[in-house]
Amino acid sequence: MDQKEWPLWEVFIRSKQGLDHKHVGSLHAADAAMAIQNARDVYTRRMEGVSIWVVESRHIHASNPDDAAAFFDPANDKVYRHPTFYEVPDSIKHM
Amino acid sequence: MQATADASALSTYSPEVRQLLFNYVLQLADTSLLLGHRLSEWCGHGPILEQDLAMANIALDLLGETRSLYQYAAALEGRHRSEDDLAFLRVATDYRNPLLVEQPNGDFAHTVVRQFLFDNFHYHFLQQLQASPDQHLAAIAEKSVKEAAYHLKWSAEWVVRLGDGTEESRQRIEKAISKLWRYAAELMMPTPTEQALQKLGLVPDYIALQPSVDAYLAQVFAEATLLIPQNVPPQLGGKQGRHSEHLGYILAELQYMQRTYPGMKW
Amino acid sequence: METAELTQEELFQQRIDADQRIEPKDWMPEAYRKTLIRQISQHAHSEIVGMLPEGNWITRAPSLKRKSILLAKVQDEAGHGLYLYSAAETLGASRDQMLADLHAGKAKYSSIFNYPTLSWADIGCVGWLVDGAAILNQVPLCRTSYGPYARAMVRVCKEESFHQRQGFEIMQTLCEGAPEQKAMAQEALNRWWWPTLMMFGPKDDESPNTARSMQWRIKRFTNDELRQKFVDMMVPQAEFLGLTVPDAKAKWNETKKGYDFGDVNWEEFWQVVNGNGLCNHDRLQARVDAWEEGAWVREAALAHAKKRAARV
Repeated sequence: MDQKEWPLWEVFIRSKQGLDHKHVGSLHAADAAMAIQNARDVYTRRMEGVSIWVVESRHIHASNPDDAAAFFDPANDKVYRHPTFYEVPDSIKHM
Repeated sequence: MQATADASALSTYSPEVRQLLFNYVLQLADTSLLLGHRLSEWCGHGPILEQDLAMANIALDLLGETRSLYQYAAALEGRHRSEDDLAFLRVATDYRNPLLVEQPNGDFAHTVVRQFLFDNFHYHFLQQLQASPDQHLAAIAEKSVKEAAYHLKWSAEWVVRLGDGTEESRQRIEKAISKLWRYAAELMMPTPTEQALQKLGLVPDYIALQPSVDAYLAQVFAEATLLIPQNVPPQLGGKQGRHSEHLGYILAELQYMQRTYPGMKW
Repeated sequence: METAELTQEELFQQRIDADQRIEPKDWMPEAYRKTLIRQISQHAHSEIVGMLPEGNWITRAPSLKRKSILLAKVQDEAGHGLYLYSAAETLGASRDQMLADLHAGKAKYSSIFNYPTLSWADIGCVGWLVDGAAILNQVPLCRTSYGPYARAMVRVCKEESFHQRQGFEIMQTLCEGAPEQKAMAQEALNRWWWPTLMMFGPKDDESPNTARSMQWRIKRFTNDELRQKFVDMMVPQAEFLGLTVPDAKAKWNETKKGYDFGDVNWEEFWQVVNGNGLCNHDRLQARVDAWEEGAWVREAALAHAKKRAARV
């Protein structure tokens, strides 16, 4: 079965110049050239994009949701990284 | 749609040239219509969803081109016929598309070969047509050439995949080539109408296109490890209204509504 | 941690209740995964089987404009099927397997597509009524609990909005046209009205999975709620068109601020669900044929990709 199915690809689209590529979905294709064309035909039928990235899904490594607490909670108490943590006197402009 | 021709530009043509251009534009329109129609028959029946979408996109491009061309033809004719009148209300012998584009879809290999033979011509032709002194044709060509470039990429890549894929795909595409090759020559065999307009410098001369069309075909076939058929007697006539039996059946479907309910708005 | 004593399942439900999205690698109850795969793949199957009754009219569309619109629309359905299969694949189902289930008759799709499209007005009705009903089902699913499904539905709904409008426009043009056209529109409405009401599924008291699906927020309104909404929306639209819905009991009820309407023929519903509709056999066969006749194409592309990779 697996042998017969075309590989799965993840599709990333830049919707306009100046913006990041954003994940939009996936599709099947036999090779990279076809994946890009399929992405164009599937995901940009309404002028949604100016640039396409595809990557075979099996090449994506993801963080484990079980590690979410260890990975992301420690950032919670670093409020001093955010500008709103600091009080700026009203008379000071442009900071 | 951008080719809604204004009368002033058209009035520079003599009645004879206008008639020639009308016939010529009609031929281009019929060609896109018929191929788009054939491709649209695949919708819902493609070998995989992704390719179903791809073929529908190509069909939609061709239908868009068709409409611009019929609108221009209607303006050239100046008898208040609409794009739909021209598309739906003529008899089979008045359609001027080459035989290739009315051939049935067959299996996917037949569709790919038919598409590649056409796209290879269409793309190179539109490139030249952009330089036409006729501004309406030039504008239509400028829009359509980008679409045709994509179509050609699609069909050429499939020729390579099927030619250099499995034993079965190779057999199938070879069969499709041997069946469809006889219709390829007509694309660039000028009719008297085309010759007259070529002489006036209004439309591209096929002789000038031939080298790039041949070169690209040779390149794609080489990559696909396919042989180019030699000395196949060509089938001609579609561009002058002498069609294969297939056209009648296409028109029976295409014209069904317009013929059954004449003069109504849809 | 106060949540320490909660089971995984309770934590999961907490997240759902807080309207948090569940993402592919998150823990989820096996039944949630299975239900979702079934629901999403059924939905995907409905999209691609749904291409057939409308595709039936692409080559006969009455004008070039209508032909382009219809082709674009049916193509969109292929796209929607694709988005949905992709969402189901994030749950570990393969598209090939889902299709194999469809082809073997093990998976269901919306019964509405087992009815034939007999006239051009049917294309109007499919867009106006069938897509209208589908949208009622789909809009709430944009907020469904499973992230990839919700995102797919956002995309589907965005594209779907033109589908219903083009259907309504076809109906409107017919109703403002010649008497034959108006008659064509009424005749089509007569045939599509009841089957469309069936699209929302059995009555709530005969829909055993509804409660759990609501709890998991993979369903956000009950079948009867949606059916009522649909009737309330559509009866006035039919009136606007000058058409009559084929239900003598359809009357405004001031007390409930909604329309009363007659009973759906549930016998017919179950007949069609169980494979005995006019087109069940043909629809499935068309899908099987497309898949089987495409097998050599898919194999060739894969074989070529392998050859090419080996050459590098």
